[in-house]
Amino acid sequence: MIRHVEINSARSAAQSHFRTLRLGTPFQPRIDALGLKQDWYSWAGYRAPHSLWDEELEYFAIRSQAALFDISPMTKYRIEGPDAEAYLDRVTLRDVTKLKPGRVHYTAWCDDEGFVLDDGTLFRLSPTRFRLCSQERHLPWLLDSAIGYEVSVEEETEAVAGLALQGPTSFAILRDAGFVGVERLKVFDLAEFEHDGATVTISRTGFTGDLGYELFVPADKALSLWDRLMAAGELRGIRAIGYTALNRARLEAGLIVANADFTTSEHAIRTDRLRMPDEIGLGFMIDPDKGHFNGRRAILEARARKKLRHVLVGLEIEGNIPAEHAIVYYRKSQEVGLVSAAMWSPMAKRNIALASLKRPYGDTIVDDLWVEIYAMRELQYQKLMKRAKVVPRPFIKLDRRTANPPADF
Amino acid sequence: MKAWDAIVIGGGHNGLVNACYLQRAGLDVLVVEKNDWVGGAATSRELTPGFLYSNCSYVCSLFRPEIMRDLELPRFGLQVISYEGGAVFTRDGDYLANYRDHDAHRREFARFSKRDAEAYDRYSRDVTRQCRFIQPLLMRTAPDPTSFRPRDLGELLYLGKKFAGLSAEETALTLRFWTMSISDFLDEYFETDVIKANFALSGIIGTALGPMSPGTAYVLLHHYMGEVDGSVGAWGYARGGMGAVTKALAASFKASGGTIRTGAEVDHVLIKNGKAKGVVLAGGEEIYGKLVISNADIKRTFLKLVEEKELPDIFLRRVRNFKIRGSSGKVNIALDSLPEFPALPKDSPIYRADMHFTDSIERMERAYDDWKAGRWSSDPFLDMMIPTTLDPTMAPPGKHFMSCFVQYAPPKIGGRDWTDADRDGFAESVISQIAQYSPGFRDRIVHMEVRTPREIEAEVGLTEGNIFQGELTFDQLLFNRPVPGYAQYRSPVGGLYMCGSSTHPGGGVMGAPGRNAAAEILRDLAKPTLHMSPAHDVI
Repeated sequence: MIRHVEINSARSAAQSHFRTLRLGTPFQPRIDALGLKQDWYSWAGYRAPHSLWDEELEYFAIRSQAALFDISPMTKYRIEGPDAEAYLDRVTLRDVTKLKPGRVHYTAWCDDEGFVLDDGTLFRLSPTRFRLCSQERHLPWLLDSAIGYEVSVEEETEAVAGLALQGPTSFAILRDAGFVGVERLKVFDLAEFEHDGATVTISRTGFTGDLGYELFVPADKALSLWDRLMAAGELRGIRAIGYTALNRARLEAGLIVANADFTTSEHAIRTDRLRMPDEIGLGFMIDPDKGHFNGRRAILEARARKKLRHVLVGLEIEGNIPAEHAIVYYRKSQEVGLVSAAMWSPMAKRNIALASLKRPYGDTIVDDLWVEIYAMRELQYQKLMKRAKVVPRPFIKLDRRTANPPADF
Repeated sequence: MKAWDAIVIGGGHNGLVNACYLQRAGLDVLVVEKNDWVGGAATSRELTPGFLYSNCSYVCSLFRPEIMRDLELPRFGLQVISYEGGAVFTRDGDYLANYRDHDAHRREFARFSKRDAEAYDRYSRDVTRQCRFIQPLLMRTAPDPTSFRPRDLGELLYLGKKFAGLSAEETALTLRFWTMSISDFLDEYFETDVIKANFALSGIIGTALGPMSPGTAYVLLHHYMGEVDGSVGAWGYARGGMGAVTKALAASFKASGGTIRTGAEVDHVLIKNGKAKGVVLAGGEEIYGKLVISNADIKRTFLKLVEEKELPDIFLRRVRNFKIRGSSGKVNIALDSLPEFPALPKDSPIYRADMHFTDSIERMERAYDDWKAGRWSSDPFLDMMIPTTLDPTMAPPGKHFMSCFVQYAPPKIGGRDWTDADRDGFAESVISQIAQYSPGFRDRIVHMEVRTPREIEAEVGLTEGNIFQGELTFDQLLFNRPVPGYAQYRSPVGGLYMCGSSTHPGGGVMGAPGRNAAAEILRDLAKPTLHMSPAHDVI
């Protein structure tokens, strides 16, 4: 037994990863140069910035100029084959047969009990080729679900670099950078463009509720793409940003984050934390007429038997103190839920929040809701009981996000 | 003639835990230990100058933090330190590591299989759910399902409620988990041999079963439900070796007024009119006690220390049939320098982790085949580590203590007793396996302690050298441990109690049997148990 056998060289070359616990993304040299605060966190094992130089100003770059945000750590799967459409239609909630090539949709997928495994975006790159982007990792689930379909599923997170370019001048920057035809992209459209001898996929999508685009490029063309955008954006206020700023923008847009606003099914150790799509505001994705999809039976049964126990709502809270992780009460006394994200919205000039409530609160009973805010001020909690009103999401709606053709700012 | 309030037979960790709690409740307690030192299977002895070995048990995770706190063990020198993860060396010259960092762990698995790398989260979720189910049961006396006492009904209800709280899918998983083989269980998550071997090892350690034997999935759980300071599933070293645990217990016991007599082997329990009255030592000395508590395993206790006529037939038969089979040995090695493993980068944290050479479940099962045939495994499974990479107290600087847990080693060789030549052959199987991965290993050896089931039984007293005082299979757990009807630490003999790992919740240096037995004894004496912390919350 033992050794003197030819070792798998690619596998052994990868051994050294233990020396770098937080990997850089393909954009890291540029981000490191701009990361004046050295304020990093781990995004799926990558060194990602909370903030580069000033989180307030980074937020305003999204809303006034254009912000460049590295989304490379997002999990990406390449799904391809003659059965790719049928397969994804079976795995995910929304009707994939209605997703035309060159389009993107926001979707989610569930386990057999109808509990949400994750949400994400599905890019249809051609009739038979898709890219699925998500927060968590799902390769075993996706591969097991592919049995019986002529489809291949490949994880391509490291091979593909991603950038979000978001904000009022984002269109003008892409046009000035020479992406001819980018003006034709409507919201949720995608197209492929030439870049540095390779192809960049640009979609009019984003996580900010603003005019914006997402760009995917082979990892070895990442830096030249970054430089191209920065050069084109110099006169239009382009700034690189970190997650804190993006997180504020997404909350104003009313968008949820997996494992922040709900717990994904493969990570929920406590089974009462599991959520069906209807319980986290994703019920609109369910199409009972489209044929079978994973979780369908359980979801429809829960609907029919009224067994949906939770609801995710937008709240407007009186005052201006953010209610992050505050407990929600009915009549100031009965605990009915928890705020998962909250902020004072500069764009709406309202104190907004996302909260998960136990039905019927937030569903049929929406009056007399309160949040108890524990605001730590100079080593003392200032306890505030503030009235909360259930309001529709998104909290802000910007015409420039959907304007066609998009404006210069 | 003095009569002690309680006499504890055996100064192992459970005996000492039990004695500590009883002494702190105001009893006058004597611990009698046959060896000249205390510790049982949790000892650190200096067999060659300058080197301290963890002679039997070698890592710490299961020892309940409630007990450490109650008995003030930190004050008496106990310190448990977490170590790096682990690795399995593969036969092609590579290795698979377990890193503590979640993403490094995933990247490492992805070197072998991207799919398995991403399967880990679900595996970890399911195992964690099972641990959370079982953890609250560790510090409770198992209910007697045949009894109608309110307490037993209450405990049964507690168990029932825990089950009722599970979804249909979880109930199915729990029942499967408690009965299936670790190999079958892992097949539901992983596809790569070495990754399955990496997890399967926790399913066979200390058990006379192979990874393909039903019941081994639970054994894995038993190794996962411990913690180091709240980090569930983590393992650590007791600083100064595992003897530090019992040293601290002995010091705590003495500080509260307890008495220990070493070099005092019990010949039998003194029984009059069906009630224990004390013990008779090997030299004939009689020591009287109102209660006798045995830390020895139940075979040793009831087949050697108690006369057959004192015991009911059914009980005796069940004790005889109790599965407590020898399956493992131990090789402790003093090294004059740190061994090199060419497969490992020189700066790898794995030098400070546990190491293994069995890279497939198939090889583990083959090693078990040797056991069934009455031989030690020609290609043994090793759980090997070098504690001195983190603990400076066990060897001089630059020198090292290496602990090798070895499986499988049968209680008898082809039906006859082990000989010294067998022992040397067993040691050679271990050394030659290590040397295949570590050139020059033999030249570093300064001293070696080789322990087959023969040595473990002779010195520690564990029947057949079984480290858990009885297999951790579902038929021998909860209210069936050690035998039905006697799962509450009492025995058929009045005043004679059991507190060893043969009782619920079983083996490993956990201390829970000793503590739970003390709670039952104090209940019988109508003494308060305010000095015993309730089990920590599992939230």
